Amino acid sequence: MRVVAGPWNLSLTGAGSRLHRTLLGATLAIGLLALYMAFVYAPKEATMGHVQRIFYFHVGAAWTALLAFFVVLVGGLAYLRTRDRRWDALALSSAEIGVVFTTITLATGSIWAKPAWGAWWTWDPRVTTTTVLWLIYISYLILRSTIDEPERRARFAAVVGIVGFVDVPIVFLSIRLWRTIHPVLVKSEGFDMAPEMVYALLAALLAYTLLYAYLLLVRTSLERRRLEVEAAKRAIGFY
Amino acid sequence: MLETLKKPTVAISVPRPEAQTLAAGPDGRSLRAFLGQVWAIVNKDIRAELRGKEVVSASWVFALLVLVVFNFAFDLEREEMGPAGPGMLWVAILLAGMLGLNHVFAKEREQSCLEGLLLCPVDRSVIYFGKLAGALIFTLALEVAVLPVFAVFTNLPVFTPGPLLVLLLGTVGFVAVGTLFAAIAANAKTREVLLPILLLPVATPVLVSAVNATGLSFDGKPWSELAPWLGILAAFDAIYLVLSPWLFEQVAQELGPE
Repeated sequence: MRVVAGPWNLSLTGAGSRLHRTLLGATLAIGLLALYMAFVYAPKEATMGHVQRIFYFHVGAAWTALLAFFVVLVGGLAYLRTRDRRWDALALSSAEIGVVFTTITLATGSIWAKPAWGAWWTWDPRVTTTTVLWLIYISYLILRSTIDEPERRARFAAVVGIVGFVDVPIVFLSIRLWRTIHPVLVKSEGFDMAPEMVYALLAALLAYTLLYAYLLLVRTSLERRRLEVEAAKRAIGFY
Repeated sequence: MLETLKKPTVAISVPRPEAQTLAAGPDGRSLRAFLGQVWAIVNKDIRAELRGKEVVSASWVFALLVLVVFNFAFDLEREEMGPAGPGMLWVAILLAGMLGLNHVFAKEREQSCLEGLLLCPVDRSVIYFGKLAGALIFTLALEVAVLPVFAVFTNLPVFTPGPLLVLLLGTVGFVAVGTLFAAIAANAKTREVLLPILLLPVATPVLVSAVNATGLSFDGKPWSELAPWLGILAAFDAIYLVLSPWLFEQVAQELGPE
């Protein structure tokens, strides 16, 4: 029984669909290419050595996290406009993936910072902003877990998702201003990139974006199936 | 049972005549009507607070405790108060302020007051601005009560235009978002914990800017050095004062018992 029907037909986007398989294949192919380029093709960095290669994974994850949180904003706005819970499913899925990628960003940055800056952690503007970003979306997920009623959860989450994303530029501006007034101990990324490094970075960005799209597809189709089950239960008077 | 409880909330989401006249245009009469409606809510909250005297006095004591705990935690000497003072002040105000914000909507849950409030034939933004104004008055009252004690503890020049302006701008910012988030938190399961979890990360720019600007003015720096921080605070205030009433309307449709 198809209870939630509409433009986002499950057979088109669900597991095993053509889009699903194509995206998985593309992600694997580009992912392997990006790995080759990051580890073999790109030259060894002169001052930092092989450690610098984590940069491709770090920047890729950071870009994807920001993209994911933008999708949370879009999903929230669209949900408030249409009250279609599939938009909420999109926002939830994107927030979860975004938090994972932010965690990867912080972890890879930390691993790189230890040999490069001599410390696992510095309160550099970008690190600090990323940490605040991570906390904002962790609180978004916590909020979702504390509300049982689905419409209320979707609505409140949309509002928090909008407030959170609007906050990101203000957080970055305030923290950068703070750190330029105080002495900056270490400057990040003080190196020029060789063309091969730029290509490797572009491959990493593409691979991460595809991985994000694939994960988003899988996670939203799972969430939409959950909505279908819920609607079906309601239809037979389970609630 | 739950469905019948929910009914009124659904029924009042249809456009009401008064709300439409209000939205008709910003002429003098409707603005006065708007302010009158906001005042009715503020008046109610102030009267309730004057009778109970719960929120401001409790959060004041809490703010004092934070200041005292800071002293134990860092064992501050007199000359160390300059660098540490602004942070102490703002952490105390933010934490105590959130304690008060928790009450803004939580107290309306008792005896279905929230349903009554939502049934008022007014625009939803009236409820937001009414609650915001009430929360702002309580938080400013808390600050007025905390500042003399802070001045005695730290020997810092608190009663000068700089710190007071920063205090005003910063308070407007975090109370604007805080009122919106308080409405959300009051209608979730883990109410008291949820508000700080939601508000603190988003209020990062307020805390960073306010602490730095307060520090600069304690050091007697000119206004030109404070300007960028005041700019960020003003931008934060402006953005969330515009955004929050609209977002509150979205939240208000899901308020009340589940």
